[in-house]
Amino acid sequence: MSVIGITFGNTSSSIAVASGDSKVDVIANPDGDRAIPSALSYINSDEYHGNQALSRIIRNPESTVVNFRDFIGKKFSEINDKFSYGAKPQDDNDSIIYQINGEKISVSDLAAKHFKQLKLAAEDYIGKEVEGAVLTVPTNFTEHQREEIIKIAEKAGLKILQLINEPSAALLANLSEDNKLDQDKIYVVGDFGGIRSDGAIISVRGGVMTILSTLHEYGLGGDLLDDSLSEFFAKEFEKKYQVNPRKNNRSLAKLKAESIVVKKTLSNVQTSTCSIESLAEGFDFHTSINRLRYELTARQPLSKMTEFIEKLIEKAGLEPLDIDEVLLVGGSSNTPKLASNISYLFPESTKIVSPSLDSQALDPSELIARGAALQASLIQSFDESEIKESLQPIVVNTQHLNKPIGIKDSEGKFQPILVAETAYPIKKSIEVTNGESSSVVVELYEGKRTIKETVVERQPESEEEEEDDDSDESDEEPEIKKEVVYEVGTKLAELGLNDLKPNAKLEVVVNITQNGVLHLTGRELKQGGQVVKGEITSN
Amino acid sequence: MSSIVLPSGKVDGFKADHKYSTPTRRPIEPVGRYFLAHASRTLRGHTWSEFEKLEAEKNVKQIEKNEDDDLGDEEQSEELLEHDPREWKTANLYAVLGLSHLRWKANEDQIRRAHRKQVLKHHPDKKSASGGLEHDSFFKIIQKAFEIMLDPIKRKQYDSIDTINDPKPPTKSKDYDFFEVWTPIFESESRFSNKQPVPKLGDINSTKDEVDQFYTFWSKFDSWKTFEFKDEDVPDDTANRDHKRYIERKNISNRKKLKQEDNKRVIDLVERAHNEDPRIKLFKEQAKKEKAAKKWDREAGSRKAAEEIAAKKAAEEEAAKKAAEEAAASKANSKKAKEAAKAAKKKNKRNIRNAVKDNGYFGDESKATTIDADVDLLIEKFDDIRLGEVANKVKDQDASSVKQILQDVAKELASAGSIDVSHLKYFN
Repeated sequence: MSVIGITFGNTSSSIAVASGDSKVDVIANPDGDRAIPSALSYINSDEYHGNQALSRIIRNPESTVVNFRDFIGKKFSEINDKFSYGAKPQDDNDSIIYQINGEKISVSDLAAKHFKQLKLAAEDYIGKEVEGAVLTVPTNFTEHQREEIIKIAEKAGLKILQLINEPSAALLANLSEDNKLDQDKIYVVGDFGGIRSDGAIISVRGGVMTILSTLHEYGLGGDLLDDSLSEFFAKEFEKKYQVNPRKNNRSLAKLKAESIVVKKTLSNVQTSTCSIESLAEGFDFHTSINRLRYELTARQPLSKMTEFIEKLIEKAGLEPLDIDEVLLVGGSSNTPKLASNISYLFPESTKIVSPSLDSQALDPSELIARGAALQASLIQSFDESEIKESLQPIVVNTQHLNKPIGIKDSEGKFQPILVAETAYPIKKSIEVTNGESSSVVVELYEGKRTIKETVVERQPESEEEEEDDDSDESDEEPEIKKEVVYEVGTKLAELGLNDLKPNAKLEVVVNITQNGVLHLTGRELKQGGQVVKGEITSN
Repeated sequence: MSSIVLPSGKVDGFKADHKYSTPTRRPIEPVGRYFLAHASRTLRGHTWSEFEKLEAEKNVKQIEKNEDDDLGDEEQSEELLEHDPREWKTANLYAVLGLSHLRWKANEDQIRRAHRKQVLKHHPDKKSASGGLEHDSFFKIIQKAFEIMLDPIKRKQYDSIDTINDPKPPTKSKDYDFFEVWTPIFESESRFSNKQPVPKLGDINSTKDEVDQFYTFWSKFDSWKTFEFKDEDVPDDTANRDHKRYIERKNISNRKKLKQEDNKRVIDLVERAHNEDPRIKLFKEQAKKEKAAKKWDREAGSRKAAEEIAAKKAAEEEAAKKAAEEAAASKANSKKAKEAAKAAKKKNKRNIRNAVKDNGYFGDESKATTIDADVDLLIEKFDDIRLGEVANKVKDQDASSVKQILQDVAKELASAGSIDVSHLKYFN
């Protein structure tokens, strides 16, 4: 039994297979690409796929199709093809088609061909037939689009076991890598693709993920970075040779192809050369660019991406303080500047997961496929009916706690047991002690969110510097460190444990059943120790 | 470890104060094992402890499933890595693929997976990338081994000669446990059998039938071993056809020779096992014992018959003797009785006569001769019984009663008709 995970993006697709122990291999296609461009090109009767197709966009733009994923299951009147290049989608009785070499080819046929190629690459690698796959889709794919994409995959001979959302797949891959799934945190997943950006805020509670909010922006993505680089090179070329390369489609395509290479290079090193043969009117173009220059050139799209994350958090009604981690996904997340820009949005306690800040981080363009492969390996032993049953609304739509629930300790501080946004049924226990007193009270409270502000005293700097930066210092406001602190709110219940020995081990268990009844149990952790129980309900 | 200290205070039991805030209903993401756990809990209505139990069981099963994971991970020896690729036939091809623990038992899937691992490890590109020289000799052997292993015919040919690691029979002089040594030998040898399944060697408790069946099978062992792998390479240039044919012929005869040798090896092996099999010895001894017992049984029968005849004879003789004795005794007895009866009669007669005489002939001495004659007549007419009765009656009686008795007897006899009253002169 071999099952794979597939992510089908507008710009590129990835396939991955999990081989037990949550070890995941991202599969390279026969060309050696792990991020396989979602491109198809038709020249005469030959079909080209992936990078081979993409490289033909220079010579045969009208028979090369890219960026067609979002058109699946849509009507022509609903789409906006402003961002696509290569062959243009056309209207055929309101369904979307491409005119390739005089033949009509529908979006679903193209997608099916793409899936076939992906399946072939996977089977080539595994050496076994692929029996099923988990496919990822953006969170804003409509129900109709989801059905459509399953049909298309089935047509290509791929049995789709489950469709999962891209951000949750990425987060699953990231958390499974270090086994952090059981930590209760709130994550921002920023997916910066080629022609669109998606963001999601996901809370992980007891290993169960809940999407709190999502945001999508079309047109914002890596293509904008390429365009700004292209524009920069075009200007330089024009200055040098007094020839405008933007007039010629082929020159533009060459510029773009080279810009992509330069962009990728600059994600890893400080400087990159750019050389294009016969860019326009027979002039070759050679230049070099450093990262700083690139970051300045691409400042606008980069700051737009940062704004995008800001908007996302705003939309969720949260503050940057609430976010525990930011996971950057998608090819554009390799850009170091993007990660550092985003890190300025958040307090220092928030961790930004991106390859430029953490060399151990997984490749952001592979994360989604990895998550899908993990999910595929998890569900491969289940029957189709079992999977279907698990996806019923009764299972998926779950009650989430609005406020954290915890107990008050001897200093009057709130000690959370269940944090907000925890889905139930859930059971959680903490171990406590009675200290020196022989009888104690377990007081169950709801938490109240407050923001604690502490002024951080600036470290007195050395004398010399102080003299130099005198004017700066006086301008600067004292740095304020903000922190989210929960205080005790409404008291829910209390129970007493009496006649205890000093420093006895006690346990407090909170268990919320599916029907919303909260069971509170306090017990002494010893043979035959006393147990006190009770239950409350929600409003 | 638990740093949270509860506030002190005294509350008895549980007291609910307030309801907690209204929850929000949101879809959760159907990914990850925690979701699967959540789903199965929700659908099956398991309680937490039940669920944890089920999970624990599941984990155990998964560990068992993954035991194949280290396939092809074994390290090749330096020697093997340095093996000359031109001499690839002499290399241990299973060890090359990292399958020397499985060898002929490896299935196609395992071979493919092992090959993939070896390729990833020993690909020349990888070696040169890690700073080594372009050195693809071992990689060539890997490819060759993979080619052989995937072709069923070629694999059979290779398996035929891949017997270096098979268990060997022990040296003759040593003491050893027969079953411990020979079971693996026959087990490994049985893979070459055309006929499957092959009977097992069994143990000391096997029946004679089983052991016989085992040795009959092995004495007629039909193996599929072929020895093409040991062929000398046939030159494929057409220049020297004669030489080519010569090599081909040589290969064929060589194969034949090797096959014969191998068959002989199996026969020797079986013969030796048979000779050293403790069960065969046991069966022989048992047969011997049985024979002896049978013989004893047979002889016992005849002996018994003779004894019976003798006893019969003795019994018969005894019986005859006894009968004779008895006859003699009874004869003697009857004589005595007769004599006794005679004597008693005489005595009774005399008693009666004397009774009459002693009583003075009832006062009639004068008629003594007539009375005597009458008494004699009466006595004469009395049978044995009446004689005894009368004799007893008249004993010690006075004259009148004797007379009365005799008169009564005479009357009885007369009425009975056995005596004529006219003959009696006195008692009438």
